[in-house]
Amino acid sequence: MPEEISIMDEVLDLYNKYDFNEFTSENVETALQKEDLDFKDFAALLSPAAEPYLEQMAQKAQRLTRSRFGNTIAIFTPIYISNYCENQCVYCGFNCKNKIHRAKLNIDEIEKEYKAIAETGLKEILILTGESRKASDIEYIGDAVMLAKKYFSLIGLEIYPVDADEYKYLHEQGADFVTVFQETYDTETYKKVHLAGKKRIFSYRINAQERAILGGMRGVGFGALLGIADFRHDAFSVGVHASLIQKKYPHAEIAISVPRLRPYINSKNENPNEVHEKQLLQVICAYRLFLPYAGITVSTRERKNFRDNAANIAATKISAGVCVGIGGRGEEEKGDEQFEINDRRSVDEVVSSLHDYGLQPSFNEYIRLI
Amino acid sequence: MSDKLVLGGKEFESRFILGSGKFSLDMIKAVVEDGGAEIITLALRRANVGGGENILDYIPENVTLLPNTSGARNADEAVRIARLSRELGCGDFVKVEVVGDNKYLLPDNAETVKAVEILAKEGFVVLPYMYPDLYTARDLVNAGAAAVMPLAAPIGSNKGLCTKDFIKILIEEIDLPIIVDAGIGSPSQACEAMELGAAAVMANTAIATAGDIYQMAKAFGLAIKSGRLAYLSGLGRVLQDSGEASSPLTGFLQD
Repeated sequence: MPEEISIMDEVLDLYNKYDFNEFTSENVETALQKEDLDFKDFAALLSPAAEPYLEQMAQKAQRLTRSRFGNTIAIFTPIYISNYCENQCVYCGFNCKNKIHRAKLNIDEIEKEYKAIAETGLKEILILTGESRKASDIEYIGDAVMLAKKYFSLIGLEIYPVDADEYKYLHEQGADFVTVFQETYDTETYKKVHLAGKKRIFSYRINAQERAILGGMRGVGFGALLGIADFRHDAFSVGVHASLIQKKYPHAEIAISVPRLRPYINSKNENPNEVHEKQLLQVICAYRLFLPYAGITVSTRERKNFRDNAANIAATKISAGVCVGIGGRGEEEKGDEQFEINDRRSVDEVVSSLHDYGLQPSFNEYIRLI
Repeated sequence: MSDKLVLGGKEFESRFILGSGKFSLDMIKAVVEDGGAEIITLALRRANVGGGENILDYIPENVTLLPNTSGARNADEAVRIARLSRELGCGDFVKVEVVGDNKYLLPDNAETVKAVEILAKEGFVVLPYMYPDLYTARDLVNAGAAAVMPLAAPIGSNKGLCTKDFIKILIEEIDLPIIVDAGIGSPSQACEAMELGAAAVMANTAIATAGDIYQMAKAFGLAIKSGRLAYLSGLGRVLQDSGEASSPLTGFLQD
């Protein structure tokens, strides 16, 4: 499909368009004053020159977030149903070479987890698998989605990228949202950190959101794992990618996640591209100013105080009562975790914190029409 | 003098319609009371059964619910959401919102007309949110709408009466209540809409993002009343910059 290639080409052409060290305070101030930002304004807000303007960016981000989304913060929880993986990603705990406990929940075990989650009142769920078609095939995921309809009103997927007709099948089972992290848009680094597995094919992954929309999904999520490569270039590419998809498919809901590299199992190496909280918040605010309509999710990789404040400024969705192992709610954990989490608060605790910030936690932002 | 807003055979003293989507739930009751609103809109997706706090528990009993179909991308989805609303006991009023553009959230007029036609036949009191276009408004009348709700500016923008001239045309040409919805950012703009002859004004973001939410609700309530009173009184004439010509063009007339 030629159109698919063109979005990828446009994103890749723009990857190195700006030298982030060349932006000046004047560029940043111009971007801050504008209502509709272009790519250059967005890049200026991600540049080192914008760091002294972080408070102003946060103030504007909060205004835009409140006027578009009101006081509401959606709450969801992820459920990992399998951690088998065929990819060898150097930064990930599920790396197929890692000696971790692999496991996959059967449908009864999945239902026990769903029940335990539903008892907390949550209505939105994100179903995740490791990237192994063999261990977690489309029918297996489809069955998990179909069962989830019994308990939840909004079902999202974070699985290996699939074909448009497979997304269509999963949508017909009841899933409405698909998130695929590109991890990095730097194609050289991409090859270096994805040593084996289907994930090595950059183009199949970057076109996943478009296939998901063509398969009928209502919304798609984007993200780079900030810190694998230069985070400014990667954050810029996420924004460009999301904006181009929105322009081509105006009905689609757009969401962005902001994971950054955190300590993971079996690795002690120092990361030269470290992203500090200050820079992470800068990225979040730049996303909000560039894409006022996008949902923004902050994961439990971040500590609770950061997440609550991010929600107060620009995030629209946070998870609660999170387990990133396989099982662990309805019954004993069977398989190891993908990464270390820093916010282990229950649903009730997250709700009460959001109330303290004057925000309105919401479990129910959605009517499923399938 | 009795001056009631009549929608679907039901009478309302107040012409202030409050949107609920952007408030914390525990604020809703006080905002309704301070603003004197008698109708409150709510997204049905938020009133869906189960899961945490339910907005319906926070809405005072004497207030009429106006569930909306937000989330619908086409007529079919709007119809399904409206039917679900009735099944959930939210009454027969429905505000049809069909939005196929997730960036600007502008209503899709063509799909809106289709949805109104189906829902009106099913006995709903249908209030469609629309982009102020005269032809669409006429289609909505023919489709059985109970009122027409043109937008003043993009939703949530607080930019005021950007579409003023087109709303005026609807007020002049359409024999249904014209309710100005979306984009009203301040009480003076709400007042101006009422002076033009709008039947009611809906506000949400302008109040929810104000410094003192309760005072702002009150200010909107007063402005809407004031604008209505001005409209009923008949505005005085406005002199042109040049005043009246001293050598009239018609001075030559003799018999």
